[in-house]
Amino acid sequence: MSKAEIISWYRIYEMFKFQSFHMYGIIGSAVVLGAVSMFFFRKKVIKTFEGHDIHVKPKKKGMYRNLLGGILFGLGWALAGACPGPMFVLVGKGVVSILVVIFGATLGAFLYGLSKNKIPH
Amino acid sequence: MEFITQPWAWYVAGPVIAFIMFLLFYFGERFGMSSNLETFCSIGGAGKFVDYFKIDWKQNSWNLIFVAGAITGGFIASKWLSTSDAVLLNPQTVKDLAEIGIENAGATYLPDAIFSIETMLSLKGFFVLLIAGVMVGFGARWAGGCTSGHAIVGLSNLELPSLISVIGFFIGGLVMTWLILPLIF
Repeated sequence: MSKAEIISWYRIYEMFKFQSFHMYGIIGSAVVLGAVSMFFFRKKVIKTFEGHDIHVKPKKKGMYRNLLGGILFGLGWALAGACPGPMFVLVGKGVVSILVVIFGATLGAFLYGLSKNKIPH
Repeated sequence: MEFITQPWAWYVAGPVIAFIMFLLFYFGERFGMSSNLETFCSIGGAGKFVDYFKIDWKQNSWNLIFVAGAITGGFIASKWLSTSDAVLLNPQTVKDLAEIGIENAGATYLPDAIFSIETMLSLKGFFVLLIAGVMVGFGARWAGGCTSGHAIVGLSNLELPSLISVIGFFIGGLVMTWLILPLIF
């Protein structure tokens, strides 16, 4: 991730400004290739190294959770310029301030757990 | 060696990500980052407050190793595999950023206006970082996934919930980038 500059705040900004193809190309090509492997998983052509079928756990359904949760995530993503994976890569890069973001994200997950039963899904 | 130290083009990075996802599933694991945040909560003892976090976090240890790997990878890549810290941006992006008060865009990976130590130690800077984190963490768990789980695995698996979430990511991201960021700086 570091190598492809996905961890750069600027790359995320550029993406949301539609001024670069970089991030779309990365996510797009990963999804296309991912879809091909998912197809082989479903057809059971490819199994795990132990020979088990590969089941990709389906995502939880729900208009509110996916849309509202998604919007909130998007707001944070564009502000922090990092999603949960790149945050850790930035730690390795020695960016001290990202620790505040990671602490916030952990706090956010905790707050979600607290309020889970009170918000729409 | 030149190939390694140059920034990777999208058509290298995308397939590498897809391959990592393939390997994780092949070894019977999952590909997802934001669930680690819940694991952190569980390790930190959040189960005492909320039943939701009463899970056996050791089951998620593989994903924690993935986190450790991401940190190590970041260290190795920046220490030994990079020749420059500059990000080649679209000149228009650099101009737009200068207009909202972020100078020298692309000189390093991250803008000092958000990530420098001085900014972090200021009240506003600290809260910007913290609130960004809270939104990412809360949003990702509410939606049940982040960029890895929804945009990459979910879309690959042709799942409607993931498409809705990714549309949500973009609504949020566009509102932040176009409307809110210019107000912050």
